Amino acid sequence: MRIKRISIKDNRDENTENIDLSLMDSFIQEYKFKKGNLIPLLQHTQELYGFIPRTAFLKLEKETNLKLSDMYGVASFYAQFRLKPVGKNIIKVCHGTACHVQNATEITDALEEELMVKDGETTKDSLFTLESVACLGCCSLAPVMMIGDNTYAKLTGKMAKDVIRNIREKELGTPCKN
Amino acid sequence: MGKTKVIVGLGSCGLAAGAGKVYEAIKKAQIDENLDFVLKKTSCIGMCFREPLVEIIDKTGSYTYGEVDEKRIAEILEKHIKNDSPIREYVVKTDLFETKDQAYLDGQVKIVLRNCGNIDPESIEEYEAKLGYKAIKKIAKEKISSTDVIQTVLDSGIRGRGGGGFPTGLKWRFANNNKAKVKYIICNADEGDPGAFMDRSVLEGDPHSVLEGMIIAAYAIEACDGWIYCRAEYPLAIKRLNIAIEKAREKGYLGKNVFGIKGFDFDIHIKEGAGAFVCGEETALMASIEGERGMPRKRPPFPAESGLWKSPTNINNVETFANIPWIILNGAKEYAKYGTTKSKGTKVFALTGKIKNGGLVEVPMGITIRDIVFNLGGGIQNDKKFKAVQLGGPSGGCIPEYLADTIVDYDSVTSTGAIMGSGGMVVMDETTCMVDMARFFLDFTKKESCGKCTFCRIGTQRMLEILTRITDGKGKDDDIEKLIDLSNQIKDSSLCGLGQTAPNPVLTTIKYFKDEYEAHIKDKKCPAKKCKPLIKYSIVTENCTGCMVCKKVCAVGAISGEKKMPHLIDQALCTKCGSCYAKCKFNAITVN
Repeated sequence: MRIKRISIKDNRDENTENIDLSLMDSFIQEYKFKKGNLIPLLQHTQELYGFIPRTAFLKLEKETNLKLSDMYGVASFYAQFRLKPVGKNIIKVCHGTACHVQNATEITDALEEELMVKDGETTKDSLFTLESVACLGCCSLAPVMMIGDNTYAKLTGKMAKDVIRNIREKELGTPCKN
Repeated sequence: MGKTKVIVGLGSCGLAAGAGKVYEAIKKAQIDENLDFVLKKTSCIGMCFREPLVEIIDKTGSYTYGEVDEKRIAEILEKHIKNDSPIREYVVKTDLFETKDQAYLDGQVKIVLRNCGNIDPESIEEYEAKLGYKAIKKIAKEKISSTDVIQTVLDSGIRGRGGGGFPTGLKWRFANNNKAKVKYIICNADEGDPGAFMDRSVLEGDPHSVLEGMIIAAYAIEACDGWIYCRAEYPLAIKRLNIAIEKAREKGYLGKNVFGIKGFDFDIHIKEGAGAFVCGEETALMASIEGERGMPRKRPPFPAESGLWKSPTNINNVETFANIPWIILNGAKEYAKYGTTKSKGTKVFALTGKIKNGGLVEVPMGITIRDIVFNLGGGIQNDKKFKAVQLGGPSGGCIPEYLADTIVDYDSVTSTGAIMGSGGMVVMDETTCMVDMARFFLDFTKKESCGKCTFCRIGTQRMLEILTRITDGKGKDDDIEKLIDLSNQIKDSSLCGLGQTAPNPVLTTIKYFKDEYEAHIKDKKCPAKKCKPLIKYSIVTENCTGCMVCKKVCAVGAISGEKKMPHLIDQALCTKCGSCYAKCKFNAITVN
């Protein structure tokens, strides 16, 4: 099973202490009375926090009269929305047709080994989340992965691992696994 | 002529290949060495297999250099810029002499991609310098009626480029016939097909062409508002669209009395997708804009009658809109010169997979698949055997090598069991397992099924289970029959195009590659040596020279052995990725 959304079954508790909901006020004002505002509201929320905290849903319900059930219905339907916190670096490994034909499975397998997590999970130190996505649109340079805004092309398993080690070194001062 | 220009291709593919670093290196050299030229940016030129690409336009002409990394650009700046001496062997595209990629270039007719790679996509002035907005200005100046605009589009013969292939002019006429006060135009920029990036390149490289197409459509059907539904996975496209819309508004090309046409008020908004393939289907797309789950709706009523917020709506694909300004300016007859009787014009294909020259090609309809793969595409990577092309993404099908002389037009492709689709063309060779490909597509469509229709929701799940069993070596004798039966029932009972076409990859692979299915089921063998449970990699001791290349490339440390001593693969650790097999130069690794 290749294309996975980020797993929503997770043992980590949502830490709501650090979430400043007042940051949502500006876009709530902007979209409050607009038609079809549900998805943009959720998208802006996720842009702020990296995921949509439960408390954010409750705030949206209170201030916009959107129903909680409708919001959850939409959030669980679209692959973009995450309901649990994610790692600092989200690794999107492309599993589109061209990447599949060029052995994208090897990339995910190598990263699962390097990060010691399964596809869809976040590392214990919250540094990385590994995700499989459908198509990034860089098909001629398959296989491809994206981390943040950076795209890495023509990968092998080894190259993918090296990218992770470089990022780890920058963040933690060491390329080694914890 | 002005100063020499150095133009770097900064589309998503270019950036992925490292063009950003090349751009910074040029900028630095320009300052450090006080070099005299204008540094500019452009977007996708289409020659993805040669990225990063840098074009130099000097007093002698234009030279596009390929595979430019930081080392090569230093050499180019030294020889070409400082010493007026172009380096011919690195040039992939020029008007001054033939390059090694001439066949790739000569086979194309660029209508949709006319400006991609030739302009700075963030500059409205550069768009206008290439006849941009001249089409809508012509309509305004000559007071061409909406009926006449629709007639021109009809006469051109253009059919929906999103895959549906419905005559665009007819669609516009239906929307125009409806006399409601509020009508909408929607551009479908969801491009969900894995393996397709034609629309991305147009949106990143020439966003104004899409805006102009939408403005002309809005005038034709008398719409007052427009939406571009763009998938969120294309952040650069969204950024460039936002810039283009702002600049168009500043010039009064969007807003009130657009282009001086009294009473014609039109504006365009962007709606980002949220990661649902099904939202490429027009009714699901409209549900998504309305803020709902992307579930398709029954048709009739069709969008031209009742669409977005129940108003008459006309939805067209990015590529369809990008054609419109060219058709208005050059006339229906000019467009209809290209293509076949029932499929006029050109089509952009994203040529990917096991092809030597992968990228975007825009070809006249009527060219054969063999021509595209071998003349333009340069043939199969590593000169392996051509097996099939997959056309139409997860809704399409696989066309085998012996049908490669099929011409590319809507009806010819449909007769093979595949569909034209949006333009994704994935090339496969002898190492591609067709049963695995069928399973891959079902995996995708099962995940993306919205769940509304029982047969699609549960049927795709069951088909995936059967295909997974087969690729795991646990196939049963009646599996093929079951797959065909399920496929036909899902096609019959699904509300929307996703369900109706999800079984196509399975049906076409069974039709053309039944022997592969039978090998998996009866012999528990994978002829393409791809399905991991059915294969084993081992080292042939007699051939192994102990060069250690395989050991180095193994990502999981499954290979052991000292230098100059025969190596060994630990089957317990081996993930069967095939990297060692690909790298071994001594035929010392076998797959069986």
